[in-house]
Amino acid sequence: MRFLAIQFLTGLSGSASLFLMSAGLTIIFGVTRVVNFAHGSLYMLGAYIGWSILTRIPHDPIWFAAGVIAAALATAGIGAAIETVLLRRLYRAPELFQLLATFGVMLVIQDLTLLIWGPNDLALPRASWLRGSVTIFGGHFPAYDLILIAIGPAVLAVLLLLLNRTRFGMLIRACTENRDLAAALGVNHRILSTSVFALGAGLAGLGGALILPDTSANTQMDLAVIVEAFVVVVVGGMGSVTGAFLASLMFGELQAFGIVLIPGATLVLVFVIMAVVLSVRPRGLLGDAPIMSVVSASGKPVRPVSLCIQAFGWGLVIMAATAPFWMPSYWLSVLTEILIAALFASSLHLIMGPGGMISFGHAAWFGLGAYSSALMSRTLSAPMPLALLAAPLTAGLVALAFGWFVVRLSGVYLAMLTLAFAQIVWAAATQWTWLTGGDDGILGVWPSGPVPFFWWVLSLSAASIWLLRRVARSPFGLALTAARDSEPRALSIGLRADRLRLVAFAVSGAAAGLAGGVFTFTSGSVFPSYIAVGKSVDVLLMVLLGGINTVIGPVAGAVAYTGFYDLLLQTTSLWRLALGLTIVTLVLAFPDGLAGNRRRWRP
Amino acid sequence: MLTRRTVLGTAAVLAAPASVRAQPAPIRIGEINSYSAIPSFTLPYRNGWQLAMDRINASGGVLGRKLEIISRDDTGKPQDAVRLAGELLDEQKVDILAGGYLSNVGLALSDVAQQRRRLYIAGEPLSDALVWQKGNRYCFRLRPSTYMQAAMLVEEAAKLPAKRWVSVAPNYEYGLSTVKWFKALLSAKRPDVTFAGEQWPALGKIDAGATAAALAEAQPDAILNVTFGPDLTNFVRQGNTRGLFDNRSVVSVLTGEPEYLDPLGDETPEGWIVTGYPQAQLTTAANTAFIAAYKARFNAVPGMGSVVGYSLIQSIAAGIRRAGALDADKLIDGFSGATFETPFGPASYRALDHQGTLGTFVGKTAIRDGKGIMVDWHYANGAAYLPSDQEVRALRPSAG
Repeated sequence: MRFLAIQFLTGLSGSASLFLMSAGLTIIFGVTRVVNFAHGSLYMLGAYIGWSILTRIPHDPIWFAAGVIAAALATAGIGAAIETVLLRRLYRAPELFQLLATFGVMLVIQDLTLLIWGPNDLALPRASWLRGSVTIFGGHFPAYDLILIAIGPAVLAVLLLLLNRTRFGMLIRACTENRDLAAALGVNHRILSTSVFALGAGLAGLGGALILPDTSANTQMDLAVIVEAFVVVVVGGMGSVTGAFLASLMFGELQAFGIVLIPGATLVLVFVIMAVVLSVRPRGLLGDAPIMSVVSASGKPVRPVSLCIQAFGWGLVIMAATAPFWMPSYWLSVLTEILIAALFASSLHLIMGPGGMISFGHAAWFGLGAYSSALMSRTLSAPMPLALLAAPLTAGLVALAFGWFVVRLSGVYLAMLTLAFAQIVWAAATQWTWLTGGDDGILGVWPSGPVPFFWWVLSLSAASIWLLRRVARSPFGLALTAARDSEPRALSIGLRADRLRLVAFAVSGAAAGLAGGVFTFTSGSVFPSYIAVGKSVDVLLMVLLGGINTVIGPVAGAVAYTGFYDLLLQTTSLWRLALGLTIVTLVLAFPDGLAGNRRRWRP
Repeated sequence: MLTRRTVLGTAAVLAAPASVRAQPAPIRIGEINSYSAIPSFTLPYRNGWQLAMDRINASGGVLGRKLEIISRDDTGKPQDAVRLAGELLDEQKVDILAGGYLSNVGLALSDVAQQRRRLYIAGEPLSDALVWQKGNRYCFRLRPSTYMQAAMLVEEAAKLPAKRWVSVAPNYEYGLSTVKWFKALLSAKRPDVTFAGEQWPALGKIDAGATAAALAEAQPDAILNVTFGPDLTNFVRQGNTRGLFDNRSVVSVLTGEPEYLDPLGDETPEGWIVTGYPQAQLTTAANTAFIAAYKARFNAVPGMGSVVGYSLIQSIAAGIRRAGALDADKLIDGFSGATFETPFGPASYRALDHQGTLGTFVGKTAIRDGKGIMVDWHYANGAAYLPSDQEVRALRPSAG
């Protein structure tokens, strides 16, 4: 009894900090449709700013509360600044495009935090009132956690009051339901967006400051919380604060008890729960938000590439073919990496552009391809061509199987299910040591044979990208686009959306798998980090950076992103700051992507 | 008197450039580490190797040549480390690769080293696989591995009356490996111990309250803790408040290192048996000189990372000196058995498996002046905590 009570309360306090993070995120998304990747960074800033404030003021409870609120307000101010300076200019762009900008912001904040506060973990010395415990059924329970448990519902009550009883809240709800209509009725969207972003940021900052008594402010905080915050938001239903509260309760309790029952499941528990919830309630627990779309509803199929650019492209390929003779080997390795990234990005583009499906877990196919090549080569001693063949086959087949579940969903829910699956594959790669070698990976997968491996990479990449382009412009691809634009209309002429999407998903997965297989031979080894969230985010950024509406978009994005990344990494220790600023600048200058139209500056 | 001769002579002397003998090309070391991913370790680490490089160059360099270290950031990803290793070898023409923090990066670099037939000296990666299951002749590793650290702690743990143990370790290779070895070695010494439960929090995402409560529920006599960094801080605070550590022995890996001990502050749990670095308390000549030089240069106290960086470069210099040449096979012969100076005293690389014998300090935690320190510590020489040569040979791949 004692254990159950204590663990239940622990789950409640865990859910409180989850709720603060996810409430802000869901409000921001509900009104501005911004998928705020920088939300974890705001949480981290709240913790660091809170530390700076709280270590300078007296330690009694009133001062503590004041300090925490001050940190939250400061973070709200930073959020408002981000919105005003950057995101406001992107509201005409397709909705997911802001994700790119917030990713750039996240990188910038990471390096700035390191510069300002230094590399060490900053722990807040706990005053005696923070160390106290209460006795519950004979067991000790931290008093501070009781405060957190109370804060959760209190914040929920305040937010619900704000949303339902104030004019501001009414405007928020109106914009959440139908932004265009609200604008047509004269709602000043700009001020509303800024204040909503500030509110969301303030909640994240509050969450960050409140965990200081429990743990230290450190530079890995942002990445540690962001994925889980997204999961909670999606499970609760995007845009619903009450949903976020219920979801955090659920996750808090399931985690608190889950680690007792299956201690090793800590890597996947959250994602398995999300997958289960989404398959039962595809819009989340209380979700009713409209579908988030990747392209503006202009209904254009993928633009053909002009003959001039086609010729230029083939010219580049021929020139690249001669590269092993004149290029220094390091630059050859960078070019190899760019080619693989271009293939990977093109595979994602097939389902994101014509298919209209966003994937946050595309690295799963890459990883599956990589691992199957490695296993074929090392365990079964298969020759390299056979190992390379195994990659797209394995990835494609698994994508076909998994796609059956995925294509039934839409919008961000589809994206999160793909993320869940990618995380499950990653956890399997980490924990099935007997098959994958676990974290130690599989080593010694080097190319063999007389042909320089670069030619393999070039020919496989170029051929696959060309094939993917053919698919996108084929009757199948046009049917896919039609299904993306209007499912009922497509059905009326006999096109089954889910079948089309399933095939596209499988083809895309196979292409990504091929990229993974080739990559294994390039770097000589495969590790679970190939399936980590970071890899999925990278390829998503490449596609967004390049632009959705053209086929060379992903290639351009891959070249730009990989090229910048490799160059900056070598050049400066502040490469994250530089890369973040570069991305932000590119996003502002090319709101349709690098391959889209250049923005015409309006006065 | 100012004569033409004086003027011309002075001008000639001033104008004579390197009529002094020409400087030989420096020996280049390519260093790769996770500078942006784990700055709390890698920044003191970088200070350490910079200090070592300057001291070696000030006393004449190695084989009459200066040392030059070219450093790269692998962002914690093995694929970036592999590409950068290629850049260092091909563009920067380095002679030796060094560095690494995460075990998977270390393994990837070791694989590149084998493929390219160049040496890689791993500093921090702790995975046993680096010198055993996936060891190769081109890879050397400095720090005591998970096996060695577990063995050092088992020696103390076996003296405890505790019979019922639980473990909490991060859910990845380092945590899994440490717990595995600890269990195996302790059960061999004390057949009466049982392991009643284990917790595997995800790295960086521990649910400390729930984990602490779950551990307490198993009613252990003693706890093995492998968490570190922010996870450790979180776990300690929750454990203290919930009384998890009352009347229980705790054995904790790496907690005595200043990078992990300092954030605990006055909440440092007392009496934990830990491995670490006692910093200024270690009054040997080598350590005192090291701390003085570090303070003079960086105006800060060195951490464990600084010791690793410093010792890594010292070991490379010693290996090259002993080899007498920069050709890979000669280097391997030179490094195998090379002895080098570290702030902890002399250490060497074993010829058998290329594992360094650098040890670490085992002691207890205590609080002095509101800060955590190590007390009752002694130096555990790495060489004494390795399995028998036969076992090692059986673990290494036969290609050696």
